[in-house]
Amino acid sequence: MIKDQEFLEKKASYCLGLAKKLGATESSVIVKNSVSETVNFRNKKLDESNRSDDLGISITTYIGKKKSSIFSSNLINDNLDILIEKCVETTKNTPEDEFNSLPDRDLLAKEVKDLDLYDDTHIENDQKINYLKKLETAASSDKKIVNTESSFTQNKSNFVLANTEGFCDGYKTSSFSASSVTVAKDEKSMERDYEYSSKCFLKDLEDAVELGKLAANQTIRKLSPKKIGSEKIAIIFDKRIAKGILSTFVSAISSSAISRGTSFLKDKVNKKIFPDKINVFDKPDILKGLGSRNFDSEGVKTNTLKLVSQGILKHYLIDTYNGKKLNLKSNGRCGGSSNLFFENGNISFKDLLNLNSKSLYITETIGHGSNIVTGDYSVGAAGFLVENGEFKYPINEITIAGNFKDMFQNITLANDLEFKYATNSPTMMIEGMVVAGK
Amino acid sequence: MSEFFKKSDISRSEAENIISETLQKCDDGELYLEDSKSESILLDDNKIKNSSYNSDLGFGFRAISDEVVAYSHSNEISKNSLKQSSENLKSTLKSIKGTYNHEIPKTNKKYYENINPIEQKSLNEKIKILNDVNNYLRSKGDKVKQVTANFLGEQKSVEIIRSGGETLSDVRPLIRFNVSVMLEKNGRMETGVYGVGGRQSYDSYLKDENWKIVCDEALRIASVNLESKPAPAGEMKVVLGPGWPAILIHEAVGHGLEGDFNRKKTSAFHNLMGQKVASEGVTIIDDGTIDNRRGSLTIDDEGTPTEKTVLIENGILKNFMQDRLNARLMKTRSTGSGRRENYRHIVLPRMRNTMMLSGNRTQEEMIKSVDKGIFAVSFGGGQVDITSGKFVFNCTEAYEIVNGKIGSPIKGATLIGDGPSILKEVSMVGNDMMMDPGIGTCGKAGQGVPVGVAQPSILINKMTVGGTKL
Repeated sequence: MIKDQEFLEKKASYCLGLAKKLGATESSVIVKNSVSETVNFRNKKLDESNRSDDLGISITTYIGKKKSSIFSSNLINDNLDILIEKCVETTKNTPEDEFNSLPDRDLLAKEVKDLDLYDDTHIENDQKINYLKKLETAASSDKKIVNTESSFTQNKSNFVLANTEGFCDGYKTSSFSASSVTVAKDEKSMERDYEYSSKCFLKDLEDAVELGKLAANQTIRKLSPKKIGSEKIAIIFDKRIAKGILSTFVSAISSSAISRGTSFLKDKVNKKIFPDKINVFDKPDILKGLGSRNFDSEGVKTNTLKLVSQGILKHYLIDTYNGKKLNLKSNGRCGGSSNLFFENGNISFKDLLNLNSKSLYITETIGHGSNIVTGDYSVGAAGFLVENGEFKYPINEITIAGNFKDMFQNITLANDLEFKYATNSPTMMIEGMVVAGK
Repeated sequence: MSEFFKKSDISRSEAENIISETLQKCDDGELYLEDSKSESILLDDNKIKNSSYNSDLGFGFRAISDEVVAYSHSNEISKNSLKQSSENLKSTLKSIKGTYNHEIPKTNKKYYENINPIEQKSLNEKIKILNDVNNYLRSKGDKVKQVTANFLGEQKSVEIIRSGGETLSDVRPLIRFNVSVMLEKNGRMETGVYGVGGRQSYDSYLKDENWKIVCDEALRIASVNLESKPAPAGEMKVVLGPGWPAILIHEAVGHGLEGDFNRKKTSAFHNLMGQKVASEGVTIIDDGTIDNRRGSLTIDDEGTPTEKTVLIENGILKNFMQDRLNARLMKTRSTGSGRRENYRHIVLPRMRNTMMLSGNRTQEEMIKSVDKGIFAVSFGGGQVDITSGKFVFNCTEAYEIVNGKIGSPIKGATLIGDGPSILKEVSMVGNDMMMDPGIGTCGKAGQGVPVGVAQPSILINKMTVGGTKL
């Protein structure tokens, strides 16, 4: 059982009280408890069970413009007291920073809406096992599949955020996730792929058989890949890769990257960085949304932001510290974006495949090849060659490269957006990138 | 012995009884206790941005029967919590009849001192060094637009209690010092990053203004990148410098030789034992026993002493890296490679310090032999798909080679290759083996653990370079 609100609030107010007594002028605290239970299957048999119960406290204390923080999961009797004392002591010895402060009182969230983020259902391990049996039977029905590993996790969390400005709130969230990783083999090659589903509510989770089939099909179609030559070619990013491009975009407009001057998008607010048709939203109040929240990790209320409107960058993601530095108000994005998405384009997936006589459809990238200082992008990739709208054969051991400044200007989006993750994109085509192969 | 039960409502002997009772019909398992203290002090944008301290305590209780692992962890070391975990493990492993394997090798060796690096230097001293770093770098000209420097220090005490009460323990120090500098010239921005670290005190790296070496290196890399031109795209010869570029070894073959992937036959290497997987002259070892190195461990997270494991000897695949579970199922012995990020995670076979040993060629010979290719000196990281064997690593400092000579610097690019075949493309092995600076973290199944790499300069006949210039 996860700890209730009352327990967390009590701990939080104890911390704030003690910090004050020890000399902190302001402080904030987050107390979080999370209990998750996972069952893993491998080749249709039970492989692992894992139960985790985590209770953690993080405290930030201020003395004027000095600041320090601690995190602890060590809740043995007097340890918390020792830590808070240490935190206040460290604060005294840390140099001042004029921008250090709690959020402005008028920006703190006042009403907390019920965003339907908690499902009370408890699913026993036996039920998880039934789901995974069905999933793995479906995933391994083709004999090309030589290994299946699947997992089902139930997670329940509760937290309280409190500060000395009088803010004290929190709520429960839940998630139910299932995933399947399959390995397929033929004479020439061995390949791996996956499928995944995660929802706040158990009843919304993808059907086990569907999930297993999808994982298997996505793996089998990758068998016997070829390597192609190096050329400039239109790249189509599968939705699961396209969302990563959107994530890079938001890390480049985070107020910390902007205020430090280390982003290729610095000075680009109110400038056109995408084509006319592109709109980007960050919408925190989607019911049951995987990224939904009422306030950010400082307690600042979060409203929907149209980050990009008709290709023009309208907002940065701003927290209190960097906001003060940039002379902007926090827009409740300490900790990043919420439910972030590209609005649908106006062309179907099929038409997108047909826009060029030859293109490359990317289903997987590997490596950490996004540089947000320069905008340079270079990653390993695998996918399929598409000719005249048809998937021809799988491709592997290539890289794709470009610079985000150019790539953003050359995006075309399909109209197939779905809310599968917290960050979502329709299928995306980018022209003008370079593929390196043979 | 640590004080895990001192402030708890459960005594050591009561805990031992629960452990023995839970594991009596299991093949293996243990209670893993961990108490870690860590700090992070960050200077950024001319200010001390962050000074934080982390105190983490908890246990992970594991029971294994045949292939099935049951695990339960909590940060509450109490009678209730341990009993609940025990029940949870028993409910997973319902009808079992194994025989507990009590055998575990012992060691008297230690590869690092029992110190707490955090307490060895005062906060004010650390802040002073960070400010000195900032002033030093910003005095190097107005191209310097941003400086970030940080200290990360940790002391982790672990204790492993096995069925019957046998107890193994270890205290592990770890530090890291990183510097990142951003330069801007004519509107173009580039960064350079460098760091040092290992299992010893800060002073081993920072005394006598040693930190200046770290600053100079970060600045040098950033300056080189400021002059870089677009990297080429396509297959070509690649010369790798010594040291940190051994990320190649880690990604291309290291992960594929971990026991779990080979027991499950999902690694591209699973059926290649005893076969030739690399050119003659290529020998690769994974060594947990080098004093004070970031990847070294006195005992692994199951209590097995670490060792020097030969993976590939003169081109022939000799051993996989094993934890106890995979070793038992593959009828071999643990190589002391069972590791976990912390008590929240299960044990997996992992790398420690992965090294390619020296040959007898020189870097100069290698570069001279290349008509068209690249010379890669520094890397940011890598990744591998162990099933297809395809791996990447990202250069952060590289040059083109034209007609046997080093040419202009080129922009950072990803290099991609095929793990099982890349080492057969190694045509020269240098005589200049070097360890990395001690900053590597390896990720697997969501768990990060500190690792090291080392290699001499090598020449690879053919690799795909992911640039933009056709």
